[in-house]
Amino acid sequence: MFQNKASRWIIVSLTLVFSLLLAGLPSVANAEYGDVILNKYSDANDMAPVIYPHWFHRIRFQCKVCHSELGFKMKAGGNDVTMADIVDGQFCGMCHNGEIAWTTENCELCHSGKPGLKSGIIGTHKTLGPGIW
Amino acid sequence: MSNSVRSGTEKSSHLFLTLIVLVLSTAFIVDAAYAGSWLSIKGDGNHDRRNKTAMKFLQDPEDALSQLPPDTAGNQVDWVKAIEEGYIQPRSNLYDHTEVRMMDLDIIMPETSTMNYVMFPHQQHTAWLDCKNCHPVFFEAEVGVSPVNMGAILEGEFCGRCHGAVSFPLTECNRCHSIIKGTFTGQFGAQYPEGANPEDYAYVPE
Repeated sequence: MFQNKASRWIIVSLTLVFSLLLAGLPSVANAEYGDVILNKYSDANDMAPVIYPHWFHRIRFQCKVCHSELGFKMKAGGNDVTMADIVDGQFCGMCHNGEIAWTTENCELCHSGKPGLKSGIIGTHKTLGPGIW
Repeated sequence: MSNSVRSGTEKSSHLFLTLIVLVLSTAFIVDAAYAGSWLSIKGDGNHDRRNKTAMKFLQDPEDALSQLPPDTAGNQVDWVKAIEEGYIQPRSNLYDHTEVRMMDLDIIMPETSTMNYVMFPHQQHTAWLDCKNCHPVFFEAEVGVSPVNMGAILEGEFCGRCHGAVSFPLTECNRCHSIIKGTFTGQFGAQYPEGANPEDYAYVPE
Protein backbone atom coordinates (compact mmCIF):
# COMPACT_ATOMS: atom_id res chain seq x y z
CA MET A 1 0.00 0.00 0.00
CA PHE A 2 1.16 3.55 -0.79
CA GLN A 3 4.24 2.11 -2.49
CA ASN A 4 5.17 5.25 -4.39
CA LYS A 5 4.84 8.94 -3.84
CA ALA A 6 2.46 9.48 -6.75
CA SER A 7 -0.19 7.04 -5.55
CA ARG A 8 -0.02 8.52 -2.04
CA TRP A 9 -0.61 11.97 -3.42
CA ILE A 10 -3.46 10.76 -5.58
CA ILE A 11 -5.18 9.23 -2.58
CA VAL A 12 -4.63 12.33 -0.44
CA SER A 13 -5.87 14.65 -3.19
CA LEU A 14 -8.91 12.51 -3.90
CA THR A 15 -9.83 12.49 -0.21
CA LEU A 16 -9.37 16.23 -0.08
CA VAL A 17 -11.50 16.88 -3.16
CA PHE A 18 -14.20 14.46 -1.97
CA SER A 19 -14.27 16.07 1.48
CA LEU A 20 -14.49 19.56 0.05
CA LEU A 21 -17.36 18.48 -2.18
CA LEU A 22 -19.21 17.00 0.78
CA ALA A 23 -18.45 19.97 3.00
CA GLY A 24 -19.73 22.27 0.28
CA LEU A 25 -23.03 20.46 -0.17
CA PRO A 26 -25.07 22.26 2.51
CA SER A 27 -24.03 25.65 1.15
CA VAL A 28 -25.36 25.08 -2.36
CA ALA A 29 -28.38 27.34 -2.92
CA ASN A 30 -29.44 27.20 0.69
CA ALA A 31 -30.91 29.58 3.20
CA GLU A 32 -33.47 29.44 5.94
CA TYR A 33 -36.94 28.39 4.74
CA GLY A 34 -38.85 31.43 3.49
CA ASP A 35 -35.86 33.71 2.95
CA VAL A 36 -36.44 36.14 0.07
CA ILE A 37 -33.66 37.49 -2.11
CA LEU A 38 -34.25 40.95 -3.55
CA ASN A 39 -31.90 41.73 -6.39
CA LYS A 40 -33.97 43.63 -8.91
CA TYR A 41 -31.91 46.78 -8.38
CA SER A 42 -29.11 45.90 -5.94
CA ASP A 43 -26.43 44.43 -8.21
CA ALA A 44 -27.18 47.01 -10.88
CA ASN A 45 -26.43 49.74 -8.34
CA ASP A 46 -23.28 48.13 -6.96
CA MET A 47 -24.99 47.04 -3.77
CA ALA A 48 -25.14 43.54 -2.35
CA PRO A 49 -28.51 41.83 -2.83
CA VAL A 50 -30.96 41.99 0.07
CA ILE A 51 -31.84 38.85 2.01
CA TYR A 52 -35.19 39.18 3.78
CA PRO A 53 -35.77 36.54 6.49
CA HIS A 54 -39.46 35.73 7.00
CA TRP A 55 -38.66 33.70 10.14
CA PHE A 56 -37.14 36.67 11.94
CA HIS A 57 -39.99 39.01 11.12
CA ARG A 58 -42.88 36.64 11.87
CA ILE A 59 -41.66 36.16 15.43
CA ARG A 60 -42.32 39.89 15.87
CA PHE A 61 -45.18 40.63 13.46
CA GLN A 62 -48.11 38.67 12.12
CA CYS A 63 -48.18 38.23 8.33
CA LYS A 64 -51.13 40.61 8.14
CA VAL A 65 -49.04 43.60 9.24
CA CYS A 66 -46.88 43.66 6.12
CA HIS A 67 -49.19 41.87 3.72
CA SER A 68 -52.44 43.61 4.64
CA GLU A 69 -51.77 46.77 6.63
CA LEU A 70 -48.67 47.76 4.68
CA GLY A 71 -49.69 46.24 1.36
CA PHE A 72 -46.78 43.96 0.39
CA LYS A 73 -48.04 41.62 -2.34
CA MET A 74 -47.79 37.94 -1.47
CA LYS A 75 -45.56 37.05 -4.36
CA ALA A 76 -41.78 37.27 -4.58
CA GLY A 77 -41.04 39.83 -7.28
CA GLY A 78 -44.51 41.34 -7.05
CA ASN A 79 -43.33 44.38 -5.15
CA ASP A 80 -41.28 47.02 -6.90
CA VAL A 81 -39.18 48.00 -3.89
CA THR A 82 -36.73 50.84 -4.45
CA MET A 83 -34.42 52.46 -1.91
CA ALA A 84 -35.97 55.84 -2.62
CA ASP A 85 -39.39 54.49 -1.60
CA ILE A 86 -37.98 52.90 1.54
CA VAL A 87 -36.27 56.12 2.64
CA ASP A 88 -39.56 57.85 1.85
CA GLY A 89 -41.32 55.56 4.36
CA GLN A 90 -42.76 53.00 1.97
CA PHE A 91 -42.26 49.19 2.03
CA CYS A 92 -39.49 48.27 4.54
CA GLY A 93 -39.35 51.95 5.49
CA MET A 94 -42.72 51.70 7.20
CA CYS A 95 -40.93 50.02 10.12
CA HIS A 96 -37.25 50.60 9.39
CA ASN A 97 -37.47 54.27 10.27
CA GLY A 98 -35.74 54.43 13.63
CA GLU A 99 -39.05 54.24 15.49
CA ILE A 100 -40.15 50.62 15.13
CA ALA A 101 -36.93 49.13 13.80
CA TRP A 102 -33.47 50.41 12.97
CA THR A 103 -33.01 52.92 10.19
CA THR A 104 -31.92 52.56 6.57
CA GLU A 105 -28.48 53.85 7.50
CA ASN A 106 -27.56 50.25 8.38
CA CYS A 107 -27.12 49.37 4.70
CA GLU A 108 -25.08 46.23 5.24
CA LEU A 109 -27.55 44.49 7.52
CA CYS A 110 -30.08 44.08 4.71
CA HIS A 111 -27.70 44.21 1.76
CA SER A 112 -25.93 41.12 3.00
CA GLY A 113 -26.15 38.67 0.09
CA LYS A 114 -23.44 37.48 -2.24
CA PRO A 115 -23.28 39.45 -5.49
CA GLY A 116 -25.20 37.84 -8.33
CA LEU A 117 -27.87 36.05 -6.30
CA LYS A 118 -31.09 35.45 -8.19
CA SER A 119 -34.22 37.20 -6.88
CA GLY A 120 -36.97 35.08 -5.41
CA ILE A 121 -38.06 33.05 -2.44
CA ILE A 122 -35.82 30.23 -1.37
CA GLY A 123 -36.53 27.24 0.74
CA THR A 124 -34.31 24.39 1.84
CA HIS A 125 -35.88 22.13 4.37
CA LYS A 126 -37.71 19.54 2.27
CA THR A 127 -38.95 21.94 -0.41
CA LEU A 128 -37.40 24.71 -2.41
CA GLY A 129 -40.55 26.78 -2.73
CA PRO A 130 -43.48 26.62 -5.11
CA GLY A 131 -43.15 25.69 -8.73
CA ILE A 132 -40.10 23.47 -8.42
CA TRP A 133 -41.81 20.12 -8.77
CA MET B 1 19.46 6.44 6.36
CA SER B 2 18.46 10.01 5.69
CA ASN B 3 16.18 8.83 2.91
CA SER B 4 14.20 6.49 5.16
CA VAL B 5 13.82 9.15 7.84
CA ARG B 6 12.45 11.62 5.32
CA SER B 7 9.96 9.19 3.85
CA GLY B 8 8.81 8.22 7.34
CA THR B 9 8.08 11.86 8.17
CA GLU B 10 6.32 12.32 4.85
CA LYS B 11 4.19 9.27 5.42
CA SER B 12 3.04 10.40 8.85
CA SER B 13 2.31 13.91 7.57
CA HIS B 14 0.16 12.42 4.79
CA LEU B 15 -1.69 10.30 7.30
CA PHE B 16 -2.16 13.31 9.54
CA LEU B 17 -3.53 15.37 6.66
CA THR B 18 -5.89 12.59 5.61
CA LEU B 19 -7.09 12.22 9.18
CA ILE B 20 -7.81 15.94 9.55
CA VAL B 21 -9.70 16.00 6.26
CA LEU B 22 -11.75 12.96 7.25
CA VAL B 23 -12.62 14.39 10.67
CA LEU B 24 -13.59 17.73 9.14
CA SER B 25 -15.76 16.21 6.45
CA THR B 26 -17.48 13.94 8.97
CA ALA B 27 -18.13 16.95 11.17
CA PHE B 28 -19.71 18.79 8.25
CA ILE B 29 -21.92 15.84 7.34
CA VAL B 30 -23.03 15.23 10.93
CA ASP B 31 -23.64 18.94 11.35
CA ALA B 32 -25.85 19.15 8.29
CA ALA B 33 -27.87 16.10 9.27
CA TYR B 34 -28.45 16.55 12.97
CA ALA B 35 -27.81 20.10 14.17
CA GLY B 36 -31.53 20.92 14.04
CA SER B 37 -30.53 21.55 10.41
CA TRP B 38 -30.66 25.31 10.71
CA LEU B 39 -27.90 26.78 8.61
CA SER B 40 -25.96 29.61 10.17
CA ILE B 41 -25.88 33.01 8.51
CA LYS B 42 -22.20 32.41 7.79
CA GLY B 43 -22.75 29.03 6.22
CA ASP B 44 -26.00 29.31 4.30
CA GLY B 45 -24.32 30.01 0.98
CA ASN B 46 -26.27 33.21 0.35
CA HIS B 47 -24.98 35.67 2.92
CA ASP B 48 -21.66 37.23 2.01
CA ARG B 49 -19.14 36.29 4.68
CA ARG B 50 -17.02 39.31 3.76
CA ASN B 51 -19.81 41.52 5.12
CA LYS B 52 -18.42 41.84 8.65
CA THR B 53 -21.29 43.99 9.94
CA ALA B 54 -23.91 41.48 8.88
CA MET B 55 -21.85 38.56 10.17
CA LYS B 56 -21.58 40.29 13.53
CA PHE B 57 -25.14 41.53 14.00
CA LEU B 58 -27.53 39.26 12.10
CA GLN B 59 -29.13 36.59 14.26
CA ASP B 60 -28.60 32.95 13.37
CA PRO B 61 -31.90 31.13 12.78
CA GLU B 62 -30.95 28.47 15.31
CA ASP B 63 -30.71 31.03 18.15
CA ALA B 64 -34.39 31.86 17.82
CA LEU B 65 -35.97 28.84 16.16
CA SER B 66 -34.54 26.24 18.52
CA GLN B 67 -36.50 27.93 21.34
CA LEU B 68 -39.87 27.44 19.61
CA PRO B 69 -42.13 24.35 19.39
CA PRO B 70 -40.43 21.95 16.99
CA ASP B 71 -41.71 20.69 13.67
CA THR B 72 -40.26 18.36 11.07
CA ALA B 73 -40.45 20.57 8.00
CA GLY B 74 -40.18 24.16 6.81
CA ASN B 75 -38.53 26.32 9.47
CA GLN B 76 -38.80 23.26 11.73
CA VAL B 77 -41.03 25.36 13.93
CA ASP B 78 -44.70 24.74 14.64
CA TRP B 79 -45.66 28.37 14.10
CA VAL B 80 -49.34 27.88 14.95
CA LYS B 81 -48.47 26.27 18.26
CA ALA B 82 -45.89 28.99 18.90
CA ILE B 83 -48.53 31.70 18.65
CA GLU B 84 -51.35 29.73 20.33
CA GLU B 85 -49.27 28.77 23.34
CA GLY B 86 -47.70 32.18 23.74
CA TYR B 87 -44.10 31.35 22.85
CA ILE B 88 -44.27 34.40 20.60
CA GLN B 89 -46.61 37.40 20.59
CA PRO B 90 -46.24 38.89 17.13
CA ARG B 91 -47.93 42.27 16.71
CA SER B 92 -51.21 42.23 14.79
CA ASN B 93 -51.14 45.85 13.66
CA LEU B 94 -48.99 48.96 13.54
CA TYR B 95 -51.74 51.56 13.48
CA ASP B 96 -54.52 51.98 16.07
CA HIS B 97 -57.16 52.43 13.40
CA THR B 98 -56.50 49.06 11.77
CA GLU B 99 -59.28 46.58 12.42
CA VAL B 100 -57.80 43.20 13.44
CA ARG B 101 -60.08 40.51 12.07
CA MET B 102 -60.18 36.88 13.15
CA MET B 103 -62.68 34.11 12.44
CA ASP B 104 -63.27 30.57 13.63
CA LEU B 105 -64.88 28.56 10.85
CA ASP B 106 -63.76 25.24 9.39
CA ILE B 107 -64.33 24.46 5.71
CA ILE B 108 -64.37 20.85 4.54
CA MET B 109 -63.49 20.35 0.88
CA PRO B 110 -64.67 17.04 -0.60
CA GLU B 111 -63.25 17.14 -4.14
CA THR B 112 -59.96 15.49 -3.32
CA SER B 113 -59.87 12.55 -5.72
CA THR B 114 -58.39 9.54 -3.94
CA MET B 115 -57.01 11.59 -1.06
CA ASN B 116 -58.76 12.24 2.24
CA TYR B 117 -60.93 15.35 2.44
CA VAL B 118 -59.32 18.67 3.21
CA MET B 119 -60.24 20.62 6.32
CA PHE B 120 -59.32 24.29 6.19
CA PRO B 121 -59.38 26.04 9.59
CA HIS B 122 -59.95 29.80 9.43
CA GLN B 123 -58.92 30.23 13.04
CA GLN B 124 -55.28 29.21 12.63
CA HIS B 125 -55.04 31.21 9.42
CA THR B 126 -56.57 34.42 10.72
CA ALA B 127 -54.20 34.25 13.69
CA TRP B 128 -51.63 35.33 11.12
CA LEU B 129 -53.52 36.73 8.13
CA ASP B 130 -56.31 39.17 7.36
CA CYS B 131 -59.41 38.14 5.33
CA LYS B 132 -58.32 40.25 2.38
CA ASN B 133 -54.96 38.48 2.09
CA CYS B 134 -56.80 35.51 0.55
CA HIS B 135 -60.28 36.85 -0.35
CA PRO B 136 -61.05 37.52 -3.08
CA VAL B 137 -57.59 37.51 -4.70
CA PHE B 138 -56.62 33.85 -4.18
CA PHE B 139 -59.99 32.41 -3.14
CA GLU B 140 -63.56 33.54 -3.73
CA ALA B 141 -65.25 34.05 -0.39
CA GLU B 142 -68.00 31.65 -1.47
CA VAL B 143 -67.50 27.97 -0.63
CA GLY B 144 -66.95 25.62 -3.59
CA VAL B 145 -66.42 28.32 -6.21
CA SER B 146 -62.62 28.55 -6.44
CA PRO B 147 -61.03 25.97 -8.77
CA VAL B 148 -58.52 24.83 -6.16
CA ASN B 149 -56.42 21.93 -7.37
CA MET B 150 -53.16 20.34 -6.35
CA GLY B 151 -51.45 21.14 -9.65
CA ALA B 152 -52.01 24.84 -9.22
CA ILE B 153 -51.05 24.67 -5.55
CA LEU B 154 -47.75 23.03 -6.46
CA GLU B 155 -47.17 25.86 -8.91
CA GLY B 156 -47.60 28.38 -6.12
CA GLU B 157 -51.25 29.37 -6.54
CA PHE B 158 -54.09 29.11 -3.99
CA CYS B 159 -52.71 27.46 -0.80
CA GLY B 160 -49.33 27.30 -2.52
CA ARG B 161 -48.93 31.06 -2.20
CA CYS B 162 -47.76 30.42 1.34
CA HIS B 163 -47.49 26.64 1.79
CA GLY B 164 -44.23 25.64 0.21
CA ALA B 165 -42.86 29.16 0.54
CA VAL B 166 -43.18 30.35 4.14
CA SER B 167 -45.70 28.11 5.90
CA PHE B 168 -45.37 24.34 6.19
CA PRO B 169 -44.38 22.79 2.85
CA LEU B 170 -46.45 20.68 0.46
CA THR B 171 -44.72 17.50 1.51
CA GLU B 172 -46.99 17.41 4.56
CA CYS B 173 -50.07 16.01 2.75
CA ASN B 174 -52.02 14.75 5.76
CA ARG B 175 -52.04 18.04 7.63
CA CYS B 176 -54.58 19.37 5.11
CA HIS B 177 -56.01 16.07 3.89
CA SER B 178 -57.05 15.29 7.43
CA ILE B 179 -60.71 14.23 7.22
CA ILE B 180 -60.75 10.49 6.68
CA LYS B 181 -63.11 9.35 3.97
CA GLY B 182 -65.71 6.87 5.15
CA THR B 183 -65.71 8.06 8.73
CA PHE B 184 -66.96 11.59 8.04
CA THR B 185 -70.74 11.74 8.12
CA GLY B 186 -71.35 15.48 8.36
CA GLN B 187 -71.95 18.16 5.77
CA PHE B 188 -69.26 19.33 3.40
CA GLY B 189 -68.39 22.99 3.20
CA ALA B 190 -68.59 25.49 6.04
CA GLN B 191 -68.95 23.95 9.51
CA TYR B 192 -71.14 26.54 11.23
CA PRO B 193 -71.59 26.05 14.96
CA GLU B 194 -75.11 24.93 15.93
CA GLY B 195 -77.61 27.75 15.90
CA ALA B 196 -75.18 30.15 14.24
CA ASN B 197 -76.32 32.49 11.51
CA PRO B 198 -74.18 31.96 8.37
CA GLU B 199 -74.58 35.65 7.57
CA ASP B 200 -72.45 36.44 10.59
CA TYR B 201 -69.61 34.65 8.82
CA ALA B 202 -70.06 36.32 5.45
CA TYR B 203 -67.00 38.00 3.96
CA VAL B 204 -67.03 41.74 4.37
CA PRO B 205 -64.74 43.62 2.00
CA GLU B 206 -63.01 46.51 3.70
